[in-house]
Amino acid sequence: MITGAIGLFCINFAWAGIPIQHWTQPQGARVFLVESPAIPMVDVQIDLDAGSRRDPADQPGLANLMATSTSNGVRASHAGPALDENQLSEAWADLGASFGGSASADRMSFALRSLTYPDILNQAVALAARQIGEPAFPEAPWLRDRPKLIASLKEANTRPATLAARAFNRAVYGSHPYGYEPTEASLLRTHVQHLRDLHARVLRACAVQVSIVGALNRTQADALVTKLLARLPQAGCVTPPPVPEVQPLAAASDQRIAFASAQAHVLVGQPGFKRNDPDFFALTVGNHILGGGGFTARLTEEVREKRGLTYSVYSFFAPGLHAGAFTVGLQTRPDQAEQALALVREVLSRFVVQGPTDKELQAAKDNLMGGFALRIDSNKKLLDNVANIAWNRLPLDYLDTWTQQIDKLTAADVRAAMARALQPDRMATVVLGAPDPVR
Amino acid sequence: MKHPFHLTGALRRACISWSAGACALALISASPLALSQAKPPVSVAAPLAQQFTLKNGMTLIVKPDRRAPTAVHMLWVRVGSMDEVDGSSGVAHVLEHMMFKGTPTVKAGDFSRQVAALGGRENAFTSKDYTGYFQQIPSQRLEDVMRLEADRFANSTWTDEDFRKELEVVKEERRLRTEDKPHARLHEAMDGVTYQADPYRRPIVGWMSDLESLQAEDARDFYRRWYTPTNAAVVVAGDVEVNAVRALAEKYYGSLPARAVPLRKPRTEPEQAGLRRLALKAPAEQAYVALSFKVPGLRPEGLPAQATVPMDAPSEDALALTVLSAVLSGYDGARLPRALTLTEPSVADSAGAYYGLTARGPQLFTLYGVPAAGKTAAEVEAALRAQIALVARDGVTEAELLRVKNRWVAGEVYKQDSVFNQARLLGVSWINGFALGSDTVLLERLRGVSAVQVQSAAARYFGDDALTVATLIPQPLEMARKPRSPAAGMRH
Repeated sequence: MITGAIGLFCINFAWAGIPIQHWTQPQGARVFLVESPAIPMVDVQIDLDAGSRRDPADQPGLANLMATSTSNGVRASHAGPALDENQLSEAWADLGASFGGSASADRMSFALRSLTYPDILNQAVALAARQIGEPAFPEAPWLRDRPKLIASLKEANTRPATLAARAFNRAVYGSHPYGYEPTEASLLRTHVQHLRDLHARVLRACAVQVSIVGALNRTQADALVTKLLARLPQAGCVTPPPVPEVQPLAAASDQRIAFASAQAHVLVGQPGFKRNDPDFFALTVGNHILGGGGFTARLTEEVREKRGLTYSVYSFFAPGLHAGAFTVGLQTRPDQAEQALALVREVLSRFVVQGPTDKELQAAKDNLMGGFALRIDSNKKLLDNVANIAWNRLPLDYLDTWTQQIDKLTAADVRAAMARALQPDRMATVVLGAPDPVR
Repeated sequence: MKHPFHLTGALRRACISWSAGACALALISASPLALSQAKPPVSVAAPLAQQFTLKNGMTLIVKPDRRAPTAVHMLWVRVGSMDEVDGSSGVAHVLEHMMFKGTPTVKAGDFSRQVAALGGRENAFTSKDYTGYFQQIPSQRLEDVMRLEADRFANSTWTDEDFRKELEVVKEERRLRTEDKPHARLHEAMDGVTYQADPYRRPIVGWMSDLESLQAEDARDFYRRWYTPTNAAVVVAGDVEVNAVRALAEKYYGSLPARAVPLRKPRTEPEQAGLRRLALKAPAEQAYVALSFKVPGLRPEGLPAQATVPMDAPSEDALALTVLSAVLSGYDGARLPRALTLTEPSVADSAGAYYGLTARGPQLFTLYGVPAAGKTAAEVEAALRAQIALVARDGVTEAELLRVKNRWVAGEVYKQDSVFNQARLLGVSWINGFALGSDTVLLERLRGVSAVQVQSAAARYFGDDALTVATLIPQPLEMARKPRSPAAGMRH
């Protein structure tokens, strides 16, 4: 079927590629744009190297707290009067737009969504510029919200899934910041001055990448970025210090945690690989076959389909600037936990040694390559891809060559990559909520 | 849901959650509309959805969206847990799982393998009101999934052994979604107290005892009764041409034999005449309280197509309650979060309101909150009701009214970004019996709701007599940390 004239990208990307426009503003901000004129809306994402991997060891979660707390109000400036948290949220609601910050392990991010009618978009960008550039970090909301955050941490710590995940993260990451979790003590150590200091230190126009997908052309997008970053210091960017790598596990570990729940939670894994690993595609395909590809994956077939031991069994890699965890997880009735664990270990070991069959590899290729367009069929999905390309400094034609990268893999490539990345005899195991094993 | 969703909460939030209420404002759907006069018109008008009746009575809805070469194909069946009877609760959802177990021409597991080979993604979902199946595919693969889905709709079979095995999977799903989740358990218990005659009282996933005793033949019976062409709709959205889809649908679906839909027993809930309370003890740190008031919903016959035709009083009230819910908790600084959580000292750590507006069954207006440290569930309950009383006494401001309406109008534009979501909204709207285009009519009606109507609804629907209050009483975790004795009911 021929794609109609109302294209996301002006031209038909399935044949002609996805035109990502890229330029660098004079102050250093890197801009990436995909024009998508069909719907009068725009999504903008700002990313910078200030994720939680850079949190102080005694203040895990600081980056996320700072980014989210920008919604607590803005300072008075010549751009306008001070706005408290309610005035700010009302202003966003009145515009029918949204803006907010967050931090993951690698990135601090701010996301704006607005209609592109000029009157609305201008107001939204001006407000976002104030929120990112002139947040007030007032003390009263922080002192009010801190006990709520502590209470929700304590509540989360009553849930078997949370407790199992925390034990697993400690076992895989050791002291690496990827394993940091906020605690009551770390929150009690945090004051608004820490948020203000962090903001002053990291938010610089020269340090950001801005990804845009929406009904804007390059001229409009460039003007938007200039305005959006106008209230930040433009210069003074320094290369932040390197963060140590995640260390490979020296030996296997096995934690059994007593807990009375309807299901035991089983997690098995180890540090995985970094996003810039040359075997990225082979490992992606390997995991798809092992436990990432839904119903047709080996783990699902063995643990769920053949034996009915679980509703959900999965595996995934979490590649980032460092080697994020490779994780296999499932939940099952407590008395079945040992059986399920033994099965997972067997499937995993066999896959690492033998790799995929040619038939499995072909099925994975058919699914991933055939379904490529499903990865980019909305503005939101495109934005994720564009920001990923920008963040990982991938070539601008990355999406155009994606299926070729998958297509050229052989079963031997996948087997070798998985065997290099995974050491089944040195993995961390957590089983929470099983009865004491009968040995 | 057939497969767990690891990637996104979108669908989970939408439909598989175990409360009928989860499909909020689903009727306010995705077709483009004229924005207010002050704003320029939508720059490119997307083609409107079209609806057809196939020759065997099955419904087809097609929504072209040519932005990318993909399509979503959904099959909606107007049957959910509300159509079950006591003793076999959960059968609609178990059947959804069994629909992946093959037909005489597609062996068990091959449906999913074939969809995967086409480059597709797939899943299924069950709610109180409906069961749905979907595939997201490159658009040139539409015919392949239509052929597979039509075959499955008409010819599914499974062995007793496959059934027993899949039942274990479903029981694990119940453990995962409900038994280890205190809020889910509370709402399950609350449904059972809120409703006595209405089938909404039963959990979608089913009671564990019913699952234990469910037979393969129960699912086969349910399948034969309810999976009839007149009780189902196919929704296709994406890079497709309407006439081509229609021809394919006639070929694969329209050729299936027509059968009558069984008589639906009304099982009308008697009028509640007095406050009901329940408590649930569960391992948790924080208490939680929910208040559900029985209120009117909006029915298809209550929404005239012409703007000049007046609505009946309960339907007008349903619109006013929708606005009330948005004013109370529709945005970050809305009334409930602001009054209960953003003051110092605050009574709650979180608070909100929920109203579903449209469903096959009855409607509730629900208020909920988590007490702040040192505060009680009773204090939160009082604070929630005080906010309703405030609206009843003083009304809402024009600024609030305009704010929630602006957000809806903007939301109409944002909704167009997801083809999947557009198809989902069309499906839900059909399930609830609304005509195509009702979303636009409804939005226009909502924009006409006045502050006086909102105040009046707040004054009339929030007394004690039709109220159910459920409280979660946290139990110390030490009780939970001890390993407990092996669960009863071993498999096989």
